[in-house]
Amino acid sequence: MSDFSCLVVEDSPMMRQLVVFALGRLKNLSVTEADDGVDGLRKLASASYDIILTDINMPIMDGLKLIQRVRTDPKHKDTPIVVITTEGGKEDRERALRLGANAYITKPIQAPKVIATVKSLINID
Amino acid sequence: MTDGIDKAREEFFSEAQELIEMFSRNLLALDEQGIGAADPSIINEAFRAVHTLKSLAGLFNATEMGRVSHTLEDVLDRLRLGRLKASPDVLDVLFAAVDCYGAMLAAERGEEGLNQPQIEKLMGVLGTLGESAVEEAPDQMAFDLEPGLLAVLTEYEEHRLKTNMDAGQALFRIRVRFDLATIDKALEDVKAKAKPHGEIITYLPTGDAPSADAIELDLLMASSSSLEQLEAALGGTDLTITAIPRISQASASTGISSLSTHALGTSSFAAVGEETAGSTVAVGDNPRTEPPVNAELNVPAVPMLRSVADTVRVDIRKLDGLMNVVGELAIVKSALNRLGDRLRNTQDRELRREVSRIQRSFERRLSELQDGILEVRMVTLGQLFDRLSRVVRQISRDMGKEIRLVVTGAQTEIDKLLVEELGDPLMHIIRNSIDHGIESAEQRKAIGKPVAGTIALNAYQKGNHVVIQIEDDGQGVNEAAVVERAVRAGHLAANEVEMLSRAEALGLIFLPGLSTREQAGEYSGRGVGMDIVKTNINKLGGIIDIQSEYSIGTQLVITLPITLAIVNALLIRLLGRTFALPLSSVAEALMFDEKLVRTVDGREVMTLRGSTLVLCRLDRFFELKEPALPHEGPRYKSVVVATMGARRLGLVVDDLLGQQDIVVKGLGPTLRHVRGFAGASELGDQRVALVLDAGAIIEEALAGHDAVTTMRARPS
Repeated sequence: MSDFSCLVVEDSPMMRQLVVFALGRLKNLSVTEADDGVDGLRKLASASYDIILTDINMPIMDGLKLIQRVRTDPKHKDTPIVVITTEGGKEDRERALRLGANAYITKPIQAPKVIATVKSLINID
Repeated sequence: MTDGIDKAREEFFSEAQELIEMFSRNLLALDEQGIGAADPSIINEAFRAVHTLKSLAGLFNATEMGRVSHTLEDVLDRLRLGRLKASPDVLDVLFAAVDCYGAMLAAERGEEGLNQPQIEKLMGVLGTLGESAVEEAPDQMAFDLEPGLLAVLTEYEEHRLKTNMDAGQALFRIRVRFDLATIDKALEDVKAKAKPHGEIITYLPTGDAPSADAIELDLLMASSSSLEQLEAALGGTDLTITAIPRISQASASTGISSLSTHALGTSSFAAVGEETAGSTVAVGDNPRTEPPVNAELNVPAVPMLRSVADTVRVDIRKLDGLMNVVGELAIVKSALNRLGDRLRNTQDRELRREVSRIQRSFERRLSELQDGILEVRMVTLGQLFDRLSRVVRQISRDMGKEIRLVVTGAQTEIDKLLVEELGDPLMHIIRNSIDHGIESAEQRKAIGKPVAGTIALNAYQKGNHVVIQIEDDGQGVNEAAVVERAVRAGHLAANEVEMLSRAEALGLIFLPGLSTREQAGEYSGRGVGMDIVKTNINKLGGIIDIQSEYSIGTQLVITLPITLAIVNALLIRLLGRTFALPLSSVAEALMFDEKLVRTVDGREVMTLRGSTLVLCRLDRFFELKEPALPHEGPRYKSVVVATMGARRLGLVVDDLLGQQDIVVKGLGPTLRHVRGFAGASELGDQRVALVLDAGAIIEEALAGHDAVTTMRARPS
């Protein structure tokens, strides 16, 4: 049984796979995938997670709405959120942080950075 | 491990390919709607495609693709945020980027070298786009929206909100309750209904989820329709529409620029619902709700761009592999049938019945398996047609001709491999049409044609074939010039010219080295095209026909088999040898009666239900003299009526052996050029049969004129 659970919200299958692959190095972490913000909310409706990693730019419902939703839901409001962003999207990244995201990772995704960020937010080996 | 890396690279290629195609579709949609007036969400989608491409390129060390994407993303970002004015010139640059992406992806795949000059040229032009920025309208929030709402908007959404505000649109809140299980479809439904009335700026989850398996969203929509109109359009249960009041300019103190407010309301909107209760209508409970009017809702044809989650991408080679296995199983099936035949004389009725039962069930499952794999291989022609529209646009712009492309039948399905091979020939035909077919604007005006030329691309399925028509309303093929060229190139003698029928004269255009133009066009080249086009189409087991009227236009018709993977064939016997003829090109078979044969113009013909059928004695056609095996002459021969497109030919054969599914294998490089054969196939009893290429045989046998025999290369 995994001790920790993580939700990865990202619309590009390739990107999602890479994030999941990077997280695979953390032994006691189980990963749930969502392919956009709505799917993320759907997953959040039925379970709680120890950490959430989300892209900002996604069709229909983007990461900002997801973050706001998580922060205002008593069940999830303390869950750490990591935003996956690009160097370019500075303005949106700042908005994400203002909304309560805890950290960000810039693309291209580098596994050590993903792991270090996750480790800094939850107590996992 | 290399396997894993290769696999990841393969996935990178296919995802990148899809994104490039999506980007290209967006551009086509922008072009179609006029870039200034286009649906802003298309630009946003194009931005997102390039954005993802950039991230992928970064991951796979595709440095150049990353560099181009970075700059392009910046351009698209400014475009969607209104900081760069949308103009046809900008669109041209974006189209050039699609081509550049195609080349870069091919380079990543190792198919060709990196085209550095092309990349630098694009980067140069993209760089110049940076300077023509337009001023952003001053920040003024004219609606009574709560700051907490503004905080969750992305930069793009904020821009769309402002743009709509400036355009004087009214703002509405649509509160909808969705079932989590069906939200994707339901949301698409609401979007489609809302689209004709305005723009949905954002989707916000509200705090009040009614239950664990439902979700409530606030859709912020800008529209020029009235509340009543929106109600009628969107009408449904669980849906409430509220008008958001404008506030007077004087009191508009909550500028968007003051976004740093951390206010996070539990509901995304201020309590305007209560204040303006008069304008709130709960559509679901409204007794006077009329049936939703959506007959006239003409939703613009913007392609659905959301990826479907439950699909997998499969390498076509894997399907080929599976198809080969099916082919092998078909051979096992034949062996099983023969075993069954041998058991027919046995006394053990129980065993016989058992074997025949297994045989039947095996046959049924095998055919299901085969159909399943074939179905997976099928793709629509849509993608290919999209690519062609891009080409039409590019060439017509470059040549200063105005062309309208009318596409029908894009949903026609055909084997994926055939689609790949079709691209070049179709591209060439279209280039020819624009370059040589469609007249210049002045010429067209002078003869009273509409200034814009039309190219119609149509596809449909006809039995086991797919027919693709490419028609233009240009000047038509100049037959006299074609004939003259053919004579000069030595394809026929001068005195044979007058014996040519019109169709035959036009058909000469498919001979090598014929161009009716002294000046080679930049696009269609020097007439190297049409014979190569024909060769390529023939290689796919198809045929191409041309019809043309002077000053009215030209039509090319390509007829192709739906798939090459597996073929249902008629086995025939000829002087002791077995041949296979694909059933897709067989119309019927009948008994041959020597007495009914007449000779017309030196050709053997017979009358079949009132029309004349040209006969071809296959043994003479292939110059077979000696029987391969000692055999008794047939009691009676048969005529197999082969058809391809509109043409028919009666093949006279010794015997019909039956019907069988075969997997056609190529003849290998040495024999590949022998015409009349599509390949060879194993029949399951250690025998191999040559597979006849009906299209090629019909064409050769009907190539009326003896002078045209230079076209023929008989297998010897």
